Amino acid sequence: METVCAIELKNITKRFGSVVANDGINLSLNRGEILSLLGENGSGKTTLMNMLSGIYYPDEGEICVGGEKVTISSPKDAFRYGIGMIHQHYKLVDVFTAAENIVLGLDDEEKLDMNQTNAKVRAICEKYGFDIDPTKKIYDMSVSQKQTVEIIKVLYRGADILILDEPTAVLTPQETDKLFAVLRNMRADGKAIVIITHKLHEVMALSDKVAVLRKGKYIGTVNTAETNPQALTDMMVGHTVTLNIDRPTYEKPVPRLSLSGVSCFDAEGVKRLDDVSFTAMGGEILGIAGVAGSGQRELLECIAGLHPVSSGSIMYTPDEAAPSDLVGKSPMQIRKSGVAMAFVPEDRLGMGLVGSMGMTGNMMLRSWRKGKSIFVNRKDPNKLANQIWHDLEVVTPSTEFPVRRMSGGNVQKVLVGREIASAPSVLMTAYAVRGLDINTSYTIYNLLTEQKMQGVAVVYVGEDLDVLLELCDRILVLCGGKVSGIVDARTTTKEEVGLLMTRVGGKEAE
Amino acid sequence: MNKKHEPLIRLAKREMMPKGQVWAIRIGSILLALLLGGFILMAIGVNPIEAYGTIISGSLGKKTALRQTAKIAVPLLGCALAIAPCFKMRFWNIGAEGQITAGAIAASYFALYWADKLPALPLLVIMGAAGAIAGGIWALIPAFFKAKWNTNETLFTLMMNYIVIGIVRWLEGGPWEGRKGSQVIPQFAENACLPRVLGVHCGWIIVLILVVLMHIYMRHTKHGYEIAVIGDSINTARYAGMNVGRIMMRTMFISGAISGLVGFIVASGANGTLYHGVADGVGFTSITVAWLAQLNAFAMVAISGLLAVLTKGAETLQTRLAVPASISEIITGILLFCMLGCEFFINFRLILRAKKQQKEAAAEGKEANENA
Repeated sequence: METVCAIELKNITKRFGSVVANDGINLSLNRGEILSLLGENGSGKTTLMNMLSGIYYPDEGEICVGGEKVTISSPKDAFRYGIGMIHQHYKLVDVFTAAENIVLGLDDEEKLDMNQTNAKVRAICEKYGFDIDPTKKIYDMSVSQKQTVEIIKVLYRGADILILDEPTAVLTPQETDKLFAVLRNMRADGKAIVIITHKLHEVMALSDKVAVLRKGKYIGTVNTAETNPQALTDMMVGHTVTLNIDRPTYEKPVPRLSLSGVSCFDAEGVKRLDDVSFTAMGGEILGIAGVAGSGQRELLECIAGLHPVSSGSIMYTPDEAAPSDLVGKSPMQIRKSGVAMAFVPEDRLGMGLVGSMGMTGNMMLRSWRKGKSIFVNRKDPNKLANQIWHDLEVVTPSTEFPVRRMSGGNVQKVLVGREIASAPSVLMTAYAVRGLDINTSYTIYNLLTEQKMQGVAVVYVGEDLDVLLELCDRILVLCGGKVSGIVDARTTTKEEVGLLMTRVGGKEAE
Repeated sequence: MNKKHEPLIRLAKREMMPKGQVWAIRIGSILLALLLGGFILMAIGVNPIEAYGTIISGSLGKKTALRQTAKIAVPLLGCALAIAPCFKMRFWNIGAEGQITAGAIAASYFALYWADKLPALPLLVIMGAAGAIAGGIWALIPAFFKAKWNTNETLFTLMMNYIVIGIVRWLEGGPWEGRKGSQVIPQFAENACLPRVLGVHCGWIIVLILVVLMHIYMRHTKHGYEIAVIGDSINTARYAGMNVGRIMMRTMFISGAISGLVGFIVASGANGTLYHGVADGVGFTSITVAWLAQLNAFAMVAISGLLAVLTKGAETLQTRLAVPASISEIITGILLFCMLGCEFFINFRLILRAKKQQKEAAAEGKEANENA
């Protein structure tokens, strides 16, 4: 194919206050190519792409589309130049159909004709191999279908440069394969595609070129065929990292937490957990896998007493004491009995941390009630904050610096560090490494394994199947609020877990 | 080059500014407000310097003026202290007006019916306590409904104001009416009025003690910590094992109690009687005080003082230079606008297109020179 330059970035710089998010980035992409933009969280990938799609405006540098210098100061400008971005968080109207969402916001001169629109959407679907009904309502759709709608929305507007921001984060392995097939079709059609990701195997499987960013700086572009995951990691991190998780076996695992028949409903009355039963053992890491929103959050919240349980029991067995039911106890009572939760929700600061306070204030969330005095004790939390600051290498000017202003990875370190410091007997973590760089992720994995070897029952809700398979002892798969299987992480395969993620009521593999 | 599309003004969030610079901007905004106010004064034919001088001398110049200014500042400061914990908790209590009135009613009951049975000190203590409890209960009602059924506290507290002011009107014309047909509640007996210290009723001492207490309460107690956590995220508070509903009710009770105490101070100290305008908008103006002070108890002393100076000075301006009171209100408005507006410039910085182009042009020019 003839190479036509689709887009070229020259010396792009963007600052937020004193933070340089992008520092003199150069990038070019031809039509009919897929470029992976690789980098750790906070390396400036999304910022860079937001400048292409008109959300931010670069402080310095220029953008050329099709060889011509352009100024993109709004998403509308971006569309005019054929640039479309599919964000991590979908922006769709739930009660509208796919086609209605697709034409939403277009200010065509002509009268809106839904039949014609539907036909046009179908034509796009056929051309690239999407599988979607334009008259289906959004609330009836799965996450991957919603993503499809977002992609068609961009294509409908005539985009020929597509940017996808971590598109596979919410997909099962099977759905990911389907998406990749579609993207390859688009490439064959001459579209230029940028995919933001930090999953190396996806980079290797899909892209033609890889551009690596590190801490806002442009490191280089390599052809995918001429590189390998280890080399890419080294580029990303800046030095050599070993990509192995140590998985020792704990001698005598004991049952710690037994759930039987646990169900719960959300505020809208939708059943979120359906007859969930399992046992978490002290001295093992129990992984919880599932497509985002399969009930992982509710499961942990039910155990921690933050979400009402409609039926079933959660028996907790402490050392040298009779088991007791956690259902009906307050979060404080549950916490006092030794069940800790380092829940890291989508909105990191929404639960578990106080954004406007510094590390010390956040350490106090654990200890504020200690003692009879009406005054709070700041000394001990401050000591703990300093310890975590140094042990986990949190980047912050001081322990009083509001955590809201810290980067995502650092926020996570504060949260996970605090929970581990409370010496729990059950430690629950959800997406504990989301937003962390590779080094810190491995620090966290090691911390969890350390906890396991001390006899703690670790519940690890994760999204990266590769990590789940390497880190955990057993993996429980949730699908639509039901347990679709519990598998031995040492013997299972990614495909098996992936199948369970989409299949309700699979058999328990022993 | 199509520079045309580059936005004229762009906003960028600032990192933390150095403290000195922040205060420079704040002081600058006050100066700007005075300048703008000066134009308005000039437009109506008054010498601005003379007018500002009158405001200062009229409010702070003489002992009597100073006392009257203090009298205006006391309830403002007290009430701002009362609503600070609620606002810190993001519980929008705009019912301080009613809580003041409720406190004043309860205090007045003892002033009217117990004055002949008790000496001054125990009577005043009982009046203060009654005022605090009544104000507290008046605030507790919306908090209870919020905690139980998540009702909207803004509307609820606002509506509660009208109810209690209606009650005072009924008392004025009914059970507590002094001379028949006067529609006025009689003056309190001597022993039911707050004694004077340095010429002003001793409410100012009570309020200044409250400033210190509130500062300690918010910064160093467990209650203060709970309030701060709830204000940031209710989910986090629940996660930390806090009983959010109970803390809300407790905080609102404390808030209402302080407002009620202010009601007692105003009725017993300033007015010497109860009438339906006892709160006189203080419950609303104090919201401005609390926000401008960014909920800092010590800053509230300064802000309430400033507002009192403006209010008192405006009166003098009217009598001495015949400047209509509405003009002073406009100047006060400009001042508040500038002070609140400057916070925007502390948080954001503007990037102008023209400026950048000039810079580029200059850089290019320099290059060209070097090349030459």
